[in-house]
Parts: sequence; structure tokens; C-alpha cells
Amino acid sequence: MRSLTPIFTVLRAVALVVLVVAVAACARNGAGGVGVGNTPGGGAPGSQQEFLVSVGDRVFFETDSSSLTPTAMATLDKQAAWLNKYNQYRIMLEGHADERGTREYNIALGARRAAVVVNYLVSRGVNQGRLTSKSFGKERPVAICNDISCWSQNRRAVTVVQ
Amino acid sequence: MTLFTRRNALKLGLAGGALALATPSQALVEIIVTGGDFTPLPIAIPDFASSDPAFGAEIAQIVRDNLKRSGLFVPLDPASLPIRVGDVQNEPDFASWRAATVDALVMGSVERGGQVNSQVRVWDTQAAQQVVGKSYQTDPQNYRRIAHIVSDAIYSSLSGGTGYFDTRVLFVSESGPKANRVKKLAIMDQDGANVQYLSSGKSLTFGPKIGPKGDSLVYTSYEDGNPQVYYAGLGGSAKKLIQGAPMSFAPNFSPDGGTVAFSVSNGGTTNIYSATLAGQPTQLTNGAAIDTSPSFSPDGSRIVFESDRGGSPQLYIMGAGGGGAQRISYGEGTYSTPVFSPDGQLIAYTRQSGGQFHIGIMRTDGSGERILSSSNAVQEGPTWAPNSRVIMFFRDPGGDAGPSLWSVDIWGRNEFNLRTDGFASDPSWSPLRG
Repeated sequence: MRSLTPIFTVLRAVALVVLVVAVAACARNGAGGVGVGNTPGGGAPGSQQEFLVSVGDRVFFETDSSSLTPTAMATLDKQAAWLNKYNQYRIMLEGHADERGTREYNIALGARRAAVVVNYLVSRGVNQGRLTSKSFGKERPVAICNDISCWSQNRRAVTVVQ
Repeated sequence: MTLFTRRNALKLGLAGGALALATPSQALVEIIVTGGDFTPLPIAIPDFASSDPAFGAEIAQIVRDNLKRSGLFVPLDPASLPIRVGDVQNEPDFASWRAATVDALVMGSVERGGQVNSQVRVWDTQAAQQVVGKSYQTDPQNYRRIAHIVSDAIYSSLSGGTGYFDTRVLFVSESGPKANRVKKLAIMDQDGANVQYLSSGKSLTFGPKIGPKGDSLVYTSYEDGNPQVYYAGLGGSAKKLIQGAPMSFAPNFSPDGGTVAFSVSNGGTTNIYSATLAGQPTQLTNGAAIDTSPSFSPDGSRIVFESDRGGSPQLYIMGAGGGGAQRISYGEGTYSTPVFSPDGQLIAYTRQSGGQFHIGIMRTDGSGERILSSSNAVQEGPTWAPNSRVIMFFRDPGGDAGPSLWSVDIWGRNEFNLRTDGFASDPSWSPLRG
């Protein structure tokens, strides 16, 4: 047993300022679908729009898994290259789960998925100090329906550049 | 023990009798609770005598509805009874009630002035004896409580367990589109009446748990951006339980209400902590796994929780100070959201297997597993009635639909939907009100 407080003081500072923005962004993006690679116009080089459209802001996971698939790693490699080029941004990782699990476990699963992506981006040279993470569990699905194709879109980690 | 009647003795309980709930009683009239199938007990409840007959009828109907919802009683149609209005002054005419094949009879009266006063007598017409004779008072602002208190007296005298009608349910009221659902904390009577909202819904909020005295709550809110545990008195302002955790969630009270166990996620691992209400945290589990959904045993000595340390979510029990966790669930699939029964004998949980969500119970050593409700829809989050006989949970069919509250008894009978205005999830059942 040990005290909780010292472990976390480091992580607190950046979190609060950017979170409001992250929630707002999530709400805007939420109902609109994935929106990766299908929007005309890639945005100006170095813009958030370019990151969203040309790089891809999210990776997907298998059921109850936080392992990165080869496709996910390829996306994260592109993300890391872009983030290393445009280092003016702070980065928030949002972990999500599908609805086929219990609420509290899914919060933890979303946190684990976000952490896996954070660690991967750091391993590709992104400065850890730029990265924070949060989990929405199954509280903010992006695809609303009731079959496997939907659930797979909701098992995601979204990289939000701010 | 004397069987209540030639045809109506209730036999309730789980197969094998190992989880039997029989409690010997002094009453002549009683329901034998030992195991196997049972037939609900017919009971006659004329309207309560009152100078305001409509009020007497309303109170009697609340009592009938409560007893009917319990699944243990079948209130008879009041229009079919030998008399339509109760009489608490005189002994019933037992012969006429027996002729009407009524064995259990409730006679009540109710008046409201400065207080609501009610008298109630429960009669065994076969033995020509009174089982219960009591009077009660409540605040007129909350007159439905008198009916719940009377219902508890009837339930308790005839079924051998304590009642659960004079209780409330804390829950999350949900509205709006699924991708951006608005969630408000709310509390209502166990029958769905008297809903009060406790939060505005501005921040995403979930998992409220009511305190052991029914006057406080803990819950998780995104008020700060990340999920964090909050504590509040009912009707009071909320305070964040601990400072400095990246994410804290899944809080649950200790039985004395002085400690809260919860999860902290940090860097992808999720461990269980406890903290005093003053916010001093202690780490109880340590590892790379997900440990969450802690629930204290009613004596405060143990905590049951879910962990995927073995590869998939399963149930474990450890001491309340941490350490020595023992796995107790071994069935196919995964187990989560464990919660001790108030009598400490059973653990209710959510199980996922075969593509379905199940609500089940097991003994605290993991034996005697029994599935009470199964659904293709998501269903989760069991909470116990204070008499350890009834479980409430929520079910969400997915898509654009939303969750609703359901109840089932520990024999897997009497599953029904508790109607609410709008969607409802995350129920937490209060103790009996004092």
C-alpha cells in the first residue's frame, strides 16, 4: 500500500486546460461518423484538417483487446511522422470501447487502449510531454446501430491534435 | 411451524435448499421458504377505511401493487371481496371470508391531518387469529410512505423476510441522442413514484451508489474533463473524493459509509483504491491488469471486484485492506460488476457468455451459481433490495433505443420492467428508510 497523490501530480497540469476543448471536439465529431479520408480537400499542410483527412486520427481494436493491429501501427507511424513534423500541437488520446461490455470495465479498457497508443507514439519519437489521455468507455459511441460492423467502429482510440 | 393454509403455503428458495432463506417465526400464519417452486399467496386487501374514501382506496391500491410486484402475493380483486372497505375496529366475520376462500386478510384505516396515521391488521382466517396489528405515522408531504411501511409489515409477517417497499432507488436518467447522451442523477421511490433529479446533466455522469444510511451518494462524473469520483450528501453539494488521479471511477461505499473503494486508471493499468471521505487514499491492488467494480461485504471485512489479471474479466475476493485476492468465478465467458447481498450470503454479477448478457448470483465462494435473467441485449449492474431477495439491473437494447430498469427475484422469477419517464440506468437500491 502506498499513497496515491505523488504518483499523479505530474500528469495533472496539462490535462485540465485542454479537456474542455477535447469534449467539445468529441461532441462535434461524434454523430458524424468516422470521416477519415473521405472528405474532399486535405487541408493546409500542418493543419488539424490535414491530420484528420490525410493522416487519419483513429485506430481500431479487436473485441476486448488493446493490441495494435498492423493497420493500426501503420496509421500510428503516419501520425507520429506528422506530429514530429508539426510539434506545435498538444495531443489528447481518447480511448473508447464498444457497448458489448459493462460500463466500468469499458472505462478501464478505453484507458488501456489510449495508453497503448500513447506508448507507441512515444516509441516513434513523439515527446511524452505533449501527450495526455482519457477514456470514454462506451459512453460516446461514434456509430449507432446494433451489429458487429458498428461495434468495431466504436472500439477505437482517437488522436486529437490541439 | 404451521403451514399457512391447505393450498397456499408458499415454498420459496433455490434448488437443493443450500441458499434457503427460511426464518422460523412465532406467527401462526407464515410462508414457508425452503426451496422449489411456489404459488403466490392470494391475499384480500379491501380499501382502507378513511373519512376520505378516495384516499383510503389509493393507499390500499399502493399496498396491493407493492405486494403484487413482489411476486409472492396475488392481491384479490377488491370488487370480489365480501366487504369493500376495511374495518380495523372489529374482528372479521371469519366464516364469510373462509366461504370466499380468502385465507389472508388485511384490514386497514388511514387518515391525514397534521400527520398521516394508519392502522393495519393482518388476519389468518383459517386460524381466526390476528397475525399483525400495528399503527404507523408519516409526514403528510410523503403520504405514499405509509402504504410502503404497511406493505413491509404485511410482507414481513407472511413471508418470513424483512420487507423492501419503504426504500428508494438512486439511478441515472438518460435523454438525448446516443452519441451525446445526457445523463442526470435521480432518485425515486422503489415503485417509480416521486422522482427527484439531483444533477443538471451538464457533465457526463454514471455509476451512482447510495450510502448505507440512504442519505449520501458517490458517483463518477466528467465534470473535470476526465472521469473522477465525487461524494455528496443527498441534496447537498458534491466534492471530488480524491485529488490528483488521472482517472478515478467505480466508487462504492463501505458498510459504515466512512470509506469508499474505487478504481484509478493510470498509464493503462487500473487498480483499486480506498479512501476516507476526507480523501486520504490507500492502494489495495497492484498490477498491470484492470481491477474494477469493488463491492464491500456487509461486515466490511472483504471486497469483491472484477479483474482481467487471469486474461479475461473474472470475480475475485480480497481483504478490505488489500492483498490475498482469490478468484471465485470459473464459468464460461466473463464476469463483472459483482455486488455483495446485504445479508452477505450471495454475490450478484453480470456475466457475458454465448453472445448474451446474464444477471446471476453465486455464493461468496463462487459455488451455487444461478443465472436469473439472460438477454441478447446488454444488461448489467445488479443492485440488491435490502432484504437480499430482489435484484434490480438495467437493460439496453442498443441502437438508438435506451436503457430501462428491470427487477427479478433471486429465484429467477417475476422479472419485470420498472417504468420510468425516459431512459434509466445504473440503479442503486437504498436500505429501508428509518
